[in-house]
Amino acid sequence: MHAPSGRPAHAPAGTAEVVLALLRKELLVELRTLESVPGMSLFAVTIFVVFHFALNQNAVSGQEAAGILWVSLLLAAMLAINRLFVADADQGGFDGFLLAPVDRSALLVAKAIALLAYLVVLELVAVPAFGLLLLEPPLGQALPGLLAPLALADVGLAAIGTLVAALAVRTRARDLLGPLLALPLLIPVVIGAARASAPLLALAHPSSGSPRWLLIVGLYDLVFGLIAYAVFDFLLED
Amino acid sequence: MRLPGLRTLSVTTAFAFSVSLTLVFFYAPIEAEEGFVQKIFYLHVPLAIVSLSGFVLGGLLAIAHLRTGESKWDLRSYVAIHMSLIFGLGVLATGSIWARASWGHWWVWDEPTLVSFLIVFLLYATYQPLRFAIEDPERQARYASVFAIVAGAFVPLNFIAVRLSASYVHPRVLGSTSNLPGSMAFTFLVSLAAMALLYATLCSYELAAKRTRILLKARSRILGFQ
Repeated sequence: MHAPSGRPAHAPAGTAEVVLALLRKELLVELRTLESVPGMSLFAVTIFVVFHFALNQNAVSGQEAAGILWVSLLLAAMLAINRLFVADADQGGFDGFLLAPVDRSALLVAKAIALLAYLVVLELVAVPAFGLLLLEPPLGQALPGLLAPLALADVGLAAIGTLVAALAVRTRARDLLGPLLALPLLIPVVIGAARASAPLLALAHPSSGSPRWLLIVGLYDLVFGLIAYAVFDFLLED
Repeated sequence: MRLPGLRTLSVTTAFAFSVSLTLVFFYAPIEAEEGFVQKIFYLHVPLAIVSLSGFVLGGLLAIAHLRTGESKWDLRSYVAIHMSLIFGLGVLATGSIWARASWGHWWVWDEPTLVSFLIVFLLYATYQPLRFAIEDPERQARYASVFAIVAGAFVPLNFIAVRLSASYVHPRVLGSTSNLPGSMAFTFLVSLAAMALLYATLCSYELAAKRTRILLKARSRILGFQ
């Protein structure tokens, strides 16, 4: 993520230290409550089963496979995005954080890294499960090529997801607004990731596809990372 | 906005619209391939351009709100986005009619401009639910501004991404006057100006109404009505 490099004059603790402390707390809470990650993984696997019955197909390949994989990952990610700030909003985490004399963007960076970690764990479960349950070509040959789209899409999901979660969490209808805000904003990520992974999952002559799609996702990640960093402070100001 | 300004704007808009409609129906030539149906171009494309510009304008006004903290900028940003949403409904309706008339389907996925517009419209359709799900007025304004900035930046990015993803099955230049014959380009520019004036007029009316309501509320509070 875009960790700020300079140490703000008013902050006694360095931003990197604050980010690390917040990240540690975030991961510790997740380890102790197991609120997000197991649910996300289970959800993704269930979605694969639903796709099997809804499409009435035993195995998929190519663009269809890429579509199923990305829709499942996107919906599973929504679960984590919806929960990301709930404990902070309901149990006074925001108030505690605002009382500390630290850079507020540290919270954005820490939450985004935590979300990124959840997504990586989700994919460690969901991608092999997809290979096992639905994918027709062997997963082993597609996997090295899949790493780049997965990594780039995760960064985009983490940046946009954190921003949207912060926007939605203090509204009355946060469970509804989170996905409504996040899905349109994530369409460019889905376009890039699905197009980049479709040729890898093709049954005949799998190829690595055009790097153009990865470039699109990468640029989109960068721009939205910067936008999230620029506007995040205003969501905490009270 | 004081009332004389509103009157001038309204008269100018009515005049501009009558000129543009006259040009559309009596001056611009009938297009060779699509025939009379192509006239919807002079309504659809200006609607789309004005609506998208309004969304981006809403984002710029929201930046002004976050920088100054004055609620008048938030009000302007709200009105700009609200009016753009209404114009956006017009864009989707006229786009659908045009698609039906030229390609036989109410919706075509391989027209990147229309698809990106739908995505942008779906995002902005969340603006009011988000805004009115927050009770504290100060926080409501701040969160709405953050949304408006993020979404305003999303508008051009989304158009680039969708355009790159689309196959060019229907090569056609929308909104560019470079390959139009002179009389069509002129009519189009006049229609665009009339549509922009309509947007400005309707925004001014909504702003005036909102300000009057705020003023009335403040006065009745002073007088002890509740």
